[in-house]
Amino acid sequence: MKFEKKDILGIKDLSVDEINLILETAESFLEISTRKIKKVPTLRGKTIINLFYEASTRTRTSFEIAGKRLSADTINISASTSSVVKGETLIDTARNLEAMNPDVIVLRHSAAGAPHLLASLVKQSIINAGDGAHEHPTQALLDMMTIKEHKGKIAGLKVAIIGDIEHSRVARSNIYGLTKMGANVVLAGPATMLPYDIEQMGVKVFTRLDDAITNADVVMMLRIQLERQKQSIFPSLREYSQHYCLNRNNIKLAKKDVIVMHPGPINRGVEISPDIADDPSYSVILDQVNKGVAVRMALLYLLTGGSE
Amino acid sequence: MKLLLTGARIIDPAQNIDSRMDIFLEDGKIAKTGTNLSKLTKSKDSEEITKIIDLAGMIIVPGLIDMHTHLREPGFEYKETIASGAAAAVAGGFTSIACMPNTNPVNDNRSITEFIRRKATEAALANVYPIGAISKKSEGSQLTEFWDLKEAGIAALSDDGKPVMDAALMRRAMEYAYSLQLPVISHCEDTNLSANGLMNEGYYSTILGLNGIPGIAEEAMVARDILIADFTKTAVHIAHVSTAGSVHLIRDAKKRGLKVTAETAPHYFTLTDEDLQSYDTNFKVNPPLRSKQDVAAIKEGLADGTIDVIACDHAPHGRTDKEVEFEYAANGISGLETSLSLSLNLIGGKTLSWPELIAKMSLNPARVLKLPKGTLEKGTDANITIIDPLLKWTVDVQAFRSRGKNSPFHGRQMQGKAVMTIVGGEIKYDGR
Repeated sequence: MKFEKKDILGIKDLSVDEINLILETAESFLEISTRKIKKVPTLRGKTIINLFYEASTRTRTSFEIAGKRLSADTINISASTSSVVKGETLIDTARNLEAMNPDVIVLRHSAAGAPHLLASLVKQSIINAGDGAHEHPTQALLDMMTIKEHKGKIAGLKVAIIGDIEHSRVARSNIYGLTKMGANVVLAGPATMLPYDIEQMGVKVFTRLDDAITNADVVMMLRIQLERQKQSIFPSLREYSQHYCLNRNNIKLAKKDVIVMHPGPINRGVEISPDIADDPSYSVILDQVNKGVAVRMALLYLLTGGSE
Repeated sequence: MKLLLTGARIIDPAQNIDSRMDIFLEDGKIAKTGTNLSKLTKSKDSEEITKIIDLAGMIIVPGLIDMHTHLREPGFEYKETIASGAAAAVAGGFTSIACMPNTNPVNDNRSITEFIRRKATEAALANVYPIGAISKKSEGSQLTEFWDLKEAGIAALSDDGKPVMDAALMRRAMEYAYSLQLPVISHCEDTNLSANGLMNEGYYSTILGLNGIPGIAEEAMVARDILIADFTKTAVHIAHVSTAGSVHLIRDAKKRGLKVTAETAPHYFTLTDEDLQSYDTNFKVNPPLRSKQDVAAIKEGLADGTIDVIACDHAPHGRTDKEVEFEYAANGISGLETSLSLSLNLIGGKTLSWPELIAKMSLNPARVLKLPKGTLEKGTDANITIIDPLLKWTVDVQAFRSRGKNSPFHGRQMQGKAVMTIVGGEIKYDGR
């Protein structure tokens, strides 16, 4: 199968076949990162620009390593969204970068739809590395890869996603991906963190943690952003952690072989207790990070014509 | 100048006229309407030459009135000027427009009102009626000098774009304005409920990850203003109705005999929040495009008379305001040059008859603004719009007279268009 997409803007636009192709390609790249010399010449002469308008350690580093292990030249640009008020617009930045002929632009932006704007303007491939509360497709792909490795499949699994669904691009991308792949996705969070009509995405919604994680094969905890407290979407971290923190007690409701995931960075003791986060019999959090590099290598490879 | 328009179908809702007739204009007024007026010109017209225009197949209606536009001058001339806005108006078939006060400086005093009127007179295209601000700088804390503004020539009062959140101030404004026979136009939006919102709150805001503006942000204020109108025995006009809930509230208020009128804009019965999926900022407007159910309710409200007026909320913007990330883009649609054609779809769609539609775009806004317009009665100003109901055309924003090229309808196929606009007996637009 040939990969036809110009851009990776969201999981919403990917077919099951395309997701499978990406995951299979990523699996074949996993081994490179275990070699003594962690580099192959596949993308030699290709240029990748990581354009990050929002702070990121994990995702940006992961993209950079992915590019470098494939021998591409990677350039990182950290821009401030304050430049929308003063200075260059995203459109002008994009046109300037385009004039330098890169092959792929990886964009992280706080405004939903920013990668779509970029993709409509430039001929280069765009990878969405997270846009506002919209999508974070590479995160969902690495999550699916992690689940597949630990469970051997995705179809038929019960996956519980817990926390601030409203503000989470990780949740949206995973809901699209996991439901496409046949998983049974359930959500839980305080009612104030559940966006309007989210059920229409094909998920079951609960307001209590226990209801969602009962018999779950996978539990995915989302980061609570502390600044959200100001918007009155929850009264206090204390109350949140009393009712929505995954811990030794409530994890017993899930299946015995449950895996616990988190897109990071984790707030220890808020959404996940440290002993769960660090317990290798549950936690696959660092494994997710490991898969992230392989998934991003696969996307860079496929978008630059690697499947031809 | 004398003008004789022959061969067209004349629709005048005020006089219950809908038939093939001639119309004779003299000295800027409507002199006579009837059949076979061409004989009349031959006998009586010895010294002056009458221009005769054959309009077979066309429809003659009272000059259209758009009571909700933004002309951006003073302050934002790169978006629109009074002259370019008036040119867009006549090209869209509008002989009269009212312009909102959210300019810079805000139209909250006599000097700005007089400036707008002078610019409109210089442009000499459409009649322009300034709307004054309810509160100083539209900041919602202190009333403007309504009496002085009225004497300077405002047609109504509104803090459009910056809704009056203080219910006590709104009450005082409605009482004081009513005593002066000045209409109050309310932009209904609870800004606490709509804070940071970018689009209608619903399934599509959820999947697009854009902050939602719930329908109740509008409805809560519609309800509030109806309550104030009821208690104080005054009147209110609700601007740009976008939700089913607002339609229900207004319908109920009218049934109870309250002096509540309402308008909606073509985009609220043409587009839905589903159309935002490409993140095209030309679809970003406030109030936001709503759901299919809301669109259906707006059409019902138009059909049963709950919504009196169609006004396009003409909101021209420059490229820099729209060619940015969705979150940072300005709200608004440059609407004057597509409003009539989009509204004509309501006839094809069996929502409204021809006379009903024309009333909502001429007679009804004239009544809300208390203007002696919106009719072809003998002796009134010769403001006339001539519509070719079959003309097929494609929207091209580059051909807009408006400086605002921000339209989600660019490229859309349309049927029906204003082909001639006559203001005060003079042809101000001829697109035949």
